[in-house]
Amino acid sequence: MKSRSLLRNVLPPAVFGIGFIALWELVVKGFDLKPYFLAPPSKIWQKFIQNFDLIWGATKVSGTNALIGLLVGAVFGILMSLVLSRYRTLSDLVTPLAIALNAIPIFVLVAVLNNMFAITSEVPRRIMVTLVVYFIVLVNVAKGLTQVSPTHVELMKSYAASEVSILRKVRVPNAVPYLFTALKIAAPASVITAFVSEYFGGSQNGLGSRIASNIANSKNAVAWAYVLGACLLGLAFYVISSLLEGVATPGGGSKRAETGPGARRGN
Amino acid sequence: MSAVEISSLGKVFNAGSANQVDALVDIDLSIAPGEFVSLIGPSGCGKSTLLRLIANLLEPTSGSVTVNGKSAKQARLDQDYGMAFQQSGLFEWRTVAKNIELPLELKGWEKAKRRARALEMLELVKLADFAEHYPWQLSGGMQQRVAIARALAVHPQLLLMDEPFGALDEMTREHMQSELLSICRRTGSSVVFVTHSIPEAVYLSNRVVVMSPRPGRITKIVDVGIEGERTDATRDNAAFFAGITAVREALRGVEMSDHVRGIEDR
Amino acid sequence: MSNAPSTRNHQVMLRRVRRMVLFVVSIVLVAAVWEIYKAVGPEAGGKIFGWKLLPRANDNAMPHVWEMLSRYTRPELRGSDRRIWSVVLAGAWFSFRLALVGFALGTTLGLGLAVLMSRFKIAERGILPYLVVSQTVPLIALAPLVVSWGGKLHVFGWEWPRWLSAAVLGGFLAFFPVAVGTLRGLQSAASASVELMDSYAASWTQTLFKLRFPAAVPFIVPSLKLAASSSVIGVVVAEISTGLKGGIGRLIIEYAREATSDPAKVFTAVFGAALLGLAMSGFVTIADLYMMRNRPKEATA
Repeated sequence: MKSRSLLRNVLPPAVFGIGFIALWELVVKGFDLKPYFLAPPSKIWQKFIQNFDLIWGATKVSGTNALIGLLVGAVFGILMSLVLSRYRTLSDLVTPLAIALNAIPIFVLVAVLNNMFAITSEVPRRIMVTLVVYFIVLVNVAKGLTQVSPTHVELMKSYAASEVSILRKVRVPNAVPYLFTALKIAAPASVITAFVSEYFGGSQNGLGSRIASNIANSKNAVAWAYVLGACLLGLAFYVISSLLEGVATPGGGSKRAETGPGARRGN
Repeated sequence: MSAVEISSLGKVFNAGSANQVDALVDIDLSIAPGEFVSLIGPSGCGKSTLLRLIANLLEPTSGSVTVNGKSAKQARLDQDYGMAFQQSGLFEWRTVAKNIELPLELKGWEKAKRRARALEMLELVKLADFAEHYPWQLSGGMQQRVAIARALAVHPQLLLMDEPFGALDEMTREHMQSELLSICRRTGSSVVFVTHSIPEAVYLSNRVVVMSPRPGRITKIVDVGIEGERTDATRDNAAFFAGITAVREALRGVEMSDHVRGIEDR
Repeated sequence: MSNAPSTRNHQVMLRRVRRMVLFVVSIVLVAAVWEIYKAVGPEAGGKIFGWKLLPRANDNAMPHVWEMLSRYTRPELRGSDRRIWSVVLAGAWFSFRLALVGFALGTTLGLGLAVLMSRFKIAERGILPYLVVSQTVPLIALAPLVVSWGGKLHVFGWEWPRWLSAAVLGGFLAFFPVAVGTLRGLQSAASASVELMDSYAASWTQTLFKLRFPAAVPFIVPSLKLAASSSVIGVVVAEISTGLKGGIGRLIIEYAREATSDPAKVFTAVFGAALLGLAMSGFVTIADLYMMRNRPKEATA
């Protein structure tokens, strides 16, 4: 049984993936495409190995920015959602703003932040990631804190429980799966924001600026190698947040993602 | 010619694997035109499977099913039967009238003819005023009446019903039972009716087929001896109670075989 | 149940008005916080726990809110007769059209792929894992690559224009949420409804158009919202990363460079980008309202 399900679930994507890469290679070689247009996977891999130290360095820069923004944004998002769950009016003020921000390419604020801080520092980029993560966490956790089962709240009230103990015994446990859903969305978004921020100028040290400058110099294959690095970084962030979820909520699946336009806001 | 003819029918799920299930073995049943037959039994006795075999939504492992003298498949292609489920299964994006038109649309009827038939059916189930409503604007009982109207839209000789009143409250349910009988009197359709409720089966049926699980089979067929037209007064009739007792007795035999869930004794 | 629709509509209207008012209030509050910080914050920025985390409060970094607004009425450049509001509006309109093209491309492809995957189980098993992974990797990294095709690529003698690259990138980002959302929707049809269609001997295409697509609408709607904001993001990033002329992204980059001499200018373009995003989501919201007009109200939540 086990080997059969392995065959059913792993074989098709494996065949599809290998087939796709083979086709890519064949198309590039067969049609003799110019290297500045599309590089063959074999060459990208070769460049990835050759430039591994440089790519790793750029990955560390973008990854650090993303990680700091992710942590700070998550902490502030959680704190703010706790405040919002307590004060209804404040929540009514912030929620429409958060919804409107969902629809906006918020990352363009880097252009402004660069002027507000030293453009050569990493602070504007980190603040940008923080903002993006903050709103994702805020919206989802606030939802988890407020959308609790009315029966549970009634039960607690029948015990004459205080608002604080309702928060601790009902609202917070209910919000935990929402938090991890938010983190799984925010983790890739933080990586994306980190290196999109680099397109706005500043130090030429991260993945985003490397990709742009290599293309400007018609080093297409090297740029693809950096893209590969960026994908691996995004994947690593996602896998780590998923693992965290597994450790923190054993057996409990995550709540369905906030499917509003904000789910990938700001990337 | 009988409405439904079933002979030595068998159905096996997951044949050959560790979780093989003998859903039905050796079923023989013949249903006359205009006859009302209920299938009753605990969960897993195969009554829904039997209904789906008649509808040709499942293929039998052995034996045969004929509907109106044709193979079950041909009967499905010709839409010789109408079907209704426990969940009314109305499409929420269509109006009530449009829901009833669905089978006619698929048969390629033209618009005016479809509309006329849908209105005729709504008249039959006493919902003529609700043609342009959407299903979610109706109560559960009304939705189920629309589903019955949809099943009757092609003027089928046979109605297949899978616990159509199972999700309704008791009062609506009794009302719907009377409605169904009066509709059948007017259309002359035969009905195969799957239910969990003993009184429902007895009140509606000419015959009640009692089934048992592991493997699914017919243990007894109870003839209900209620004379004449059935009305609400029938529910106080001695023959009605006799029928209930007979079916309950037959089901007791089933209960000995350790699987009792799913029988409502009401 | 429908005897009081007018009072219900009335309540819905009231809620909307209240939301609008609160939205305006919250924007005014943000502006107030900006001005307060500007009044009390350190001119050259400041440190918290040794980190340079306090922004500079001088006029170059943080112009007054009224400066930003009044900048719209002045010419783009000294001596130019084009007022900046018309330049920003033109840029946002240019990017809006690119985002629309991308949205249309991505949505069409996403719907097509979803139908393919729902038709052939093997296609779903082969492709779906990659769609899920693609949501976690920064596809936007491809922006400069795709845009670099502009002017270099010739398809059957037809030169690939640079603007199309930006639209394709928007479509590229829009495509994934639509494909995944539609697939989930197509598979959401109740099994009783599928059985009903089978009992009518309906063909696969009939079942697709009469049952699966309508049943998928509540799933497609949120995915379209995601696709709309994704296509805007794709287009703006493409414009910024490659300096594509004509759109709002290029304006932001250009105006940001003039911050020392004309600090309010960049804000006019930033708000233009906000307008672009809101316009796109407004467009999709209208489409949503139309598609969901006859649905039970819970389903739209």
